[in-house]
Amino acid sequence: MNSTPIKVPTMAEMAAKGEMPDVLFWVGCSGSFDDRAKKITKAIVRILNHVGIKFAILAHEEGCTGDPAKRAGNEFLFQMQAMQNITVLNGYNIKKIVTGCPHCFNTIKNEYPALNGHYEVIHHTQLVQQLINDGKLKVEGGEFKGKKIVYHDPCYLGRANNVYEAPREVIQKLDVELAEMKRSKEKGFCCGAGGAQMFKEAEKGTKEVNVERAEEALAHNPDVIAVGCPFCNTMMTDGVKHFNKENKTQVLDVAELIAKANDL
Amino acid sequence: MISLIAFIIIVVFGTYFFVSNSKKIKRNIFLGKPKTINDNKSERLKTMLLIAFGQKKMFAKPLPAILHLFIYAAFIITQIELIEIFFDGFTGSHRAFRPALGSFYTFMISLIEILSILAFIATVSFLSRRNLLKIPRLVKSELNGWPKLDANLILFAEITLICFIFMMNGADEVLYQKNWSHAINLNDGSLNFSISKIIGPVLFGNMSEAGLHIVERIGWWGHLLMVFGFLNYLPFSKHLHILLAFPNTYFSNLNPKGQINTLASVTDVVAPNFNPEYVPQTDQNAPQRFGVKDVQDLTWKNLLDAYSCTECGRCTAACPQNATGKLLSPRKIMMDVRDRLTEVGKNIDANKGTFIDDGKSLLGNYTTPEEIWACNTCNACVEACPVNINPLEIIIEIRRYLVMEQSQNPAELNGMFTNIENNGAPWQFSQADRANWINE
Repeated sequence: MNSTPIKVPTMAEMAAKGEMPDVLFWVGCSGSFDDRAKKITKAIVRILNHVGIKFAILAHEEGCTGDPAKRAGNEFLFQMQAMQNITVLNGYNIKKIVTGCPHCFNTIKNEYPALNGHYEVIHHTQLVQQLINDGKLKVEGGEFKGKKIVYHDPCYLGRANNVYEAPREVIQKLDVELAEMKRSKEKGFCCGAGGAQMFKEAEKGTKEVNVERAEEALAHNPDVIAVGCPFCNTMMTDGVKHFNKENKTQVLDVAELIAKANDL
Repeated sequence: MISLIAFIIIVVFGTYFFVSNSKKIKRNIFLGKPKTINDNKSERLKTMLLIAFGQKKMFAKPLPAILHLFIYAAFIITQIELIEIFFDGFTGSHRAFRPALGSFYTFMISLIEILSILAFIATVSFLSRRNLLKIPRLVKSELNGWPKLDANLILFAEITLICFIFMMNGADEVLYQKNWSHAINLNDGSLNFSISKIIGPVLFGNMSEAGLHIVERIGWWGHLLMVFGFLNYLPFSKHLHILLAFPNTYFSNLNPKGQINTLASVTDVVAPNFNPEYVPQTDQNAPQRFGVKDVQDLTWKNLLDAYSCTECGRCTAACPQNATGKLLSPRKIMMDVRDRLTEVGKNIDANKGTFIDDGKSLLGNYTTPEEIWACNTCNACVEACPVNINPLEIIIEIRRYLVMEQSQNPAELNGMFTNIENNGAPWQFSQADRANWINE
């Protein structure tokens, strides 16, 4: 990994200089606090730094979008969070947002407009795809060349918002063998985290959802299980460990694949 | 004369009971809360044509899709024959359309016969998938009892109807060949229908004239009775989907699946904290219940969903929680809504048009919190439904009731709620430390 320090301007700093970013990077709670997800955040930042996009983060002015609260039925808490965030975003006159997490992506894109938060929102895999297509980001396979990669669709990117191709196109640029699980795209099988399940124990059953999904992915004997969501990342990593396959199969975000392969 | 009276009785009563039971279904659906769906009419029409008429989503599973298509096509096309049955029934004529329509008539009846044979194959396949092969989604516990019987009764009724069609046409073929038929003889020696000209003589070739007429009449009257019987069975059966799939897909959710509705009643409470000039959107004096406890709290679209469900179980087969042995089954949620709504409807009928509180509700007596809390909100059920039913919307609304009215969520979620409220993250980290990762 590249040792150049990352440059992460905050929105407050930029506004103080009278500047506006091209895009606001919405880091998300997982990307801010979870040790594993922080690496994904940094990979996204390295890509942004590399192509020289003018971006900013909200830092301490960012708060949970309210996704887990809303999906757990706590609409009050969701709307409190949403209105706080919308006040901050509208205060800075933000127009375009890229998120590191499909849950933030879905919530800001689909649920903030009803509360007067209107932004162009894209997921980081879509941004990477655009950068590659526009010729701003050149990618090579690097250490992943010829490796076998299985892509797991995050529900909130896939079914929730019909983004199936962007992450796949990006992965294929790495000159890898992209394998598809039987349950993929529209039929994708959840990692088990969504709907606030991340924050509670599972109900009584015969198996954990993430174990079922990891088993399906591992059946392809992949070198990498690629994901586009920090929660899927946690669940799939735990699932791979359940089968003691962590030495053979890595779980990596699409952004990490790009950053690693190209020494960003 | 007797047959004309019998015919009129069947038609009049058959229609009357169907219409009156359909009105009850409609009344029950509109026990739900109002919801305005009148945007994007052309997009809606397109969705209905593709999903309901074109059965697009069925083809995710090609084999059952093709078998289902046989029954569907046979069902639609056979109705054309009904026009003649009605005409003959009222006027006492026999195959009145044949002389005028000529080869087109032969073509239509032949097509109906071919589709009937295909439907017969499909029906037998469906019976064996349910009862012999025991396809997992068709034998889950929520189907025990009436739902299983309902499914089998429909399939047997379809087989019976097909048998009547071939008794009618097969016996008539033999009668016609022997110049005994009541149909006008066009001196062509055979009615010439694709299937019955072959199987008619084989099955009925040795019968007497009187016997043949009896078989033909059993087929004709049986066909009529099955059609009206089936029509009147629909309001009590999962099979109502053959009618309601059309409006249900027309009124589909056209927004991204990930979008969950914003509760305006909550906005009215929260928004004034951010905007002192905020004007409430909802009637502040009306009694409010956040979320859903009983079927009347759902929208009419949720209730239409429930009546449109034919219990195929594609939702449940796709559900990650059900696949890993949890109690949650999206199909059961829809069946629960329908069963409770039927119960509420009966209550209203028994109490002269008003609902008398029976101390029961959808949540608790039908659907349990354990099912509701297992959901991943992954939309696999919504995606899988061939008629665009949305079980997820109902699950979220029940969660809203449990959390905002009852504070009865799993205890672990309280930590998440408190953390979001106090630190702006679901975990116990300070919001001030949100950008610490930059320098780590």
